[in-house]
Amino acid sequence: SVSQSCMVRISSLYPPPLALASCAKPRDPALKKRDDFEDILEERRSSSDLRYALRCYVPVVYKGIAPCKPGVLKTAVLQSDRLRHVMSKETGESADVIREEASGILEEMAHRLRLGTVRFFAYSLSKAFKALFQRVRVNEDGIQRLQQSIQEHPVVLLPSHRSYMDFLIMSYILYTYDLSLPVIAAGMDFLGMKIVGEMLRMSGAFFIRRSFGGDKLYWAVFSEYVKTMLRNGYAPIEFFLEGTRSRTCKSLTPKLGLLNIVMEPFFKGEVFDVSLVPISISYERVLEEALYARELLGVPKPKESTSGLLKARKILSEDYGSIHVYFGHPVSLRSLAQGRINRSQYNLLPRHIPRRPSQETQAFVNETAYRLVRLQEENMVLRPWVLVAALLLQNPDGVDMERLVEQTSWLRGLAVSFGAFLDWPDYVSASKAVASSLALHTGLVRTEGGRAQLAMEPKEPGSPEEDLFDRAASVLSCASYRNQILHVFLRPALLGMAMQMAEASRKDDIYSCFSFLRDVFSNEFILCPGGTVQDFDEACYMLTKCAAVHVQKQEVVATEKGQRILSFLTSLFQPFLKGYQVGPAPFLELVDYPRHFCFLGFLPSATSELTCYEALSSDVQKNALAALLRMKVVRKLKV
Amino acid sequence: MFSLTPPQLFGSKKDGVKQAEIQGLLKYGWHTEAMVLTAIRGELVVIPVEWSWLTLSRVLFSRQEVMKWNGWGYSDSRFLFNKKGQAEFTGRRYRLSGMVLPSLKDWFESTFGASLQHKSPATATLNASAVPFPSLNEAFLQDLKSTGIPFSHEAEDRVFRAHGHCLHEIFALREGKFGRVPDLVVWPNCHEDVVKTVDLACRHNVCLIPYGGGTSVSSALECPPDETRCIVSLDTSQMSRILWIDEKNLTAHVEAGIVGQDLERLLNESGYCTGHEPDSMEFSSLGGWVATRASGMKKNVYGNIEDLVVHIKMVCPRGVVEKSCQGPRVSIGPDIHHFIMGSEGTLGVVTEVTIKIRPMPEYQKYGSVVFPNFEQGVACLREVAKQRCAPASIRLMDNAQFQFGHALKPQVSSIFTSFLDGLKKFYITKFKGFDPHHLCVATLLFEGDRERVLQHEKQVYDIAAKFGGLAAGEDNGQRGYMLTFVIAYLRDLGMDYYVIGESFETSVPWDRVLDLCRNVKERIVRECRERGVQFPPLATCRVTQTYDAGACVYFYFAFNYRGLADPVNIYGRVEHAAREEILANGGSLSHHHGVGKLRKHWMPESISDVGIGMLKSVKEYVDPDNIFGSRNLL
Repeated sequence: SVSQSCMVRISSLYPPPLALASCAKPRDPALKKRDDFEDILEERRSSSDLRYALRCYVPVVYKGIAPCKPGVLKTAVLQSDRLRHVMSKETGESADVIREEASGILEEMAHRLRLGTVRFFAYSLSKAFKALFQRVRVNEDGIQRLQQSIQEHPVVLLPSHRSYMDFLIMSYILYTYDLSLPVIAAGMDFLGMKIVGEMLRMSGAFFIRRSFGGDKLYWAVFSEYVKTMLRNGYAPIEFFLEGTRSRTCKSLTPKLGLLNIVMEPFFKGEVFDVSLVPISISYERVLEEALYARELLGVPKPKESTSGLLKARKILSEDYGSIHVYFGHPVSLRSLAQGRINRSQYNLLPRHIPRRPSQETQAFVNETAYRLVRLQEENMVLRPWVLVAALLLQNPDGVDMERLVEQTSWLRGLAVSFGAFLDWPDYVSASKAVASSLALHTGLVRTEGGRAQLAMEPKEPGSPEEDLFDRAASVLSCASYRNQILHVFLRPALLGMAMQMAEASRKDDIYSCFSFLRDVFSNEFILCPGGTVQDFDEACYMLTKCAAVHVQKQEVVATEKGQRILSFLTSLFQPFLKGYQVGPAPFLELVDYPRHFCFLGFLPSATSELTCYEALSSDVQKNALAALLRMKVVRKLKV
Repeated sequence: MFSLTPPQLFGSKKDGVKQAEIQGLLKYGWHTEAMVLTAIRGELVVIPVEWSWLTLSRVLFSRQEVMKWNGWGYSDSRFLFNKKGQAEFTGRRYRLSGMVLPSLKDWFESTFGASLQHKSPATATLNASAVPFPSLNEAFLQDLKSTGIPFSHEAEDRVFRAHGHCLHEIFALREGKFGRVPDLVVWPNCHEDVVKTVDLACRHNVCLIPYGGGTSVSSALECPPDETRCIVSLDTSQMSRILWIDEKNLTAHVEAGIVGQDLERLLNESGYCTGHEPDSMEFSSLGGWVATRASGMKKNVYGNIEDLVVHIKMVCPRGVVEKSCQGPRVSIGPDIHHFIMGSEGTLGVVTEVTIKIRPMPEYQKYGSVVFPNFEQGVACLREVAKQRCAPASIRLMDNAQFQFGHALKPQVSSIFTSFLDGLKKFYITKFKGFDPHHLCVATLLFEGDRERVLQHEKQVYDIAAKFGGLAAGEDNGQRGYMLTFVIAYLRDLGMDYYVIGESFETSVPWDRVLDLCRNVKERIVRECRERGVQFPPLATCRVTQTYDAGACVYFYFAFNYRGLADPVNIYGRVEHAAREEILANGGSLSHHHGVGKLRKHWMPESISDVGIGMLKSVKEYVDPDNIFGSRNLL
């Protein structure tokens, strides 16, 4: 089986930031113009892959600087003031020993980008992609913007992270468009894979340990390595804001460690600006689909190994539909920081001496991280299937095809008016879209006698626990598709739930319920701390726009027409509400939070509703527990 | 009214002019032929030694006859494009005077996207009727008359003293616009006159703004528009005597109104110099240097103004402030000189200064070094500073400024010279592989006895070689320094063709020099683009001073404003942004231009609120009625 956690999770280094009030006027999401896509496999299907892999590759570079050799880069890092400073502070060991150690860390970490390896990947990935996917579609306007940015300022590429394919795809696309290949922050787990790890290293990956909490030397080497590359405009730096692959297809709360590192050279005036490029990679079918569901149910993730990868070859025989890669508008860090960060705070300390960022800086970095993840979400292409999946989950007993088509069509209108980036051209009828969606996901849906239903019945009956496990796995798989569209409905749905909760139409009451719900779910969804007012306004705006509610000065009232929308929205998020209600209950007495127990430790009664299967997800449980801890509802006990 | 005996047209330069004096004059770019002092009513004035008391500043009693009323410097010296479209520098005062500069036009047009077809000429003459009528304090005027101190309320005199040389000030003058101008100009002749004037001002609640050379670039001379009292410009130009020279202690006691070139010339006659040479030294005054904390080009040998002054006498509303001895260093509490230096006319008028003097250097030598890029050049300057072996002056121009300097090369007289130039260029760019779009030049000036200069020179060139620097000859060095004197004239040329610009400066720790230079230049380019400036601006810098812990950086910024409705406003916003960028990158608010009113917005963040409070409390004690009401600094 394939299962590789690709990217590293650098835990947030600093405590959560201050809330920031914002009173920006809500924008109309539906008005957002987006670029068109080109299929880059089209050319690959009609011309030689070998010639493509061997073609002349001359990428544009930052300010015309010639990329330096990896060896030069290492020397620069080892001789940097920052490292010398840390070395002089480390006591107990001789300078030589520490230098050796630093050199060792760097050896383990550093990439060794080689064009030969890149060409090998270009060739073999062409073959693999053609086998796996119908299309790999890229917005070429985004590529052009990126090309411009690369020449002007150091660039940081921030793709969403749903699959371990993500960074292969990224490098493949950049190679295809003759852009500088990025250096990519990857988790050390990859190095466990013989040959493959080193090959990734030669195609631009650099490896970071999963945890190095107190190791100051490691932190110094690592951050200096990244900053040196950034300052010299050596190559675009790529990492995943979410830190790890999202098993649920929801965006994860961003991690701030690397973002802090890449922003620092700007704060300290070492570069004029840094371009942050959010990139949204959406899969019609994620390669790891089945694995994720199992992982969420507590089956440990298989260790990365080359033999495991080889065994995974069987997936090459399946159809994974299309991939959409959207390169968002480069975000200028300088513009973001304008009026937010007083850069002269760095004037009084030599710049190589590390120091804790100020509160305003922490708040800024955090807010920027959320903003970037939201940009990733907004540009995530959604297939009609995610609408179908959402509807099927709301109809656990199945639904007539006709009704499903009608509902899908209705939902499409709603999603589009909320600004969803739906890949559903007008000429495709709803029935056709539904049919082709179901066809691609036969493993998850059963269609019999004009009805569609989630495939819940196990192929071979086993013990009750095994059956339950299988049922839960298929619900979670399906939920991972529905999850892709949650960000579109999140804010209006929170408003809808708040209206239900408040049981009155007074705006203040609804707002406080909204605020509470938002707080509860802030580990679950991308809700920037301090953005409550803005989110509330946005929710009101969106629901007013589709005439679901009537917002007055003091009151928010649901309209007649709004009933359907509001009930859809609340039931869309019902599984999470349920999950938070029952999910963490069995663990509240536990000292340490053992992952494997999430399945065994909690069995819903046989008659429980379908939605409760989602409460079994370790992700929901983890988030719920974190929320309860954060809100000081429960307390961690050490036994 | 006071009247100056019109100087006669004196004989030829040979009349008793010593060789040393000619040498001295040459240094400042004076015309080689004669000791031309100034031109009055269109006639050259050549003075013999006996007349040397006739300093420029005394002549400046009626400035407008010698100097431009709406531009920089002498009326007879200006750049223009002649009928053939070639640039020319008129007059006879400077080495460049009378020369044709064949490459300036191309540089000008390609750098700014400007065209000789598109002219933006200035108003030709000062329209006195457009000048606001003076609001005079009659009682003050009566008392003033009784003292016999000369004064004037003629429009020309007042307009002349209402401005410095900021872009917006000159731009307004060129358009014939006048804001609030002083109501009266007084010319005290000595310290006692100043005491009387200040006394009267206090008695009649009149606002005083001291005026020295008028070369301020910080809006310090601008009259506060909402000042309702009578504003009197106190012109120190008549206080320009050297009162004594003390050869035992090597000090000179000088009246504060003397301008730089006169001070040097007069001291040179006795075989001495101060060595204080700010770029504005042709016109700026000793008192002005003290009031703004000036810095001279050769500070590496002679020190900045704070190192040079031994004693200061200042007349304040509260009385006269001075120290009781001339001890070379004292430990008697915070140095009161440091309340005076940099006070920018807000506390009183500096009337007399005892300043250190040095025997004139036996030998001077220019030099220059070409570096493959700016980074290497800065690294070299840093090393020179580290080894504390900086020559009298060392400056590093960036590539754009190097090209600019090149555009100012006069027409070469022979094929041989042009052949040599070509050869040099070939050697540097082809043989040594320097990229002409990256290379940059450092200019050097050595001073001292011959042997030591040569030794010193070798030391510096050896360091330069370690950073890839190639010696590029004396000529390039000398031209580099000449540029500083003519650059201000060039701005007037630009303004004739829709190009506006200015310079500004900062000081910054060594490790931030490169980052600051790059970021500020880029900020300027970006701001211009965002504000609708059609053609990319010229944004260039040079490192002009080295210190143990940092350097002084000087920026030039200019752009073509065709198509912009309010160019001065845009200029101001871009300069503001550039200053923010400087501060964000660890640069200071000013190295030597001062704060004035232009930069006082940033004072609290620069010196903290407590610091502001300290300055305020001094102001409140010294001048409780805000007689010195220029409102600079605070």
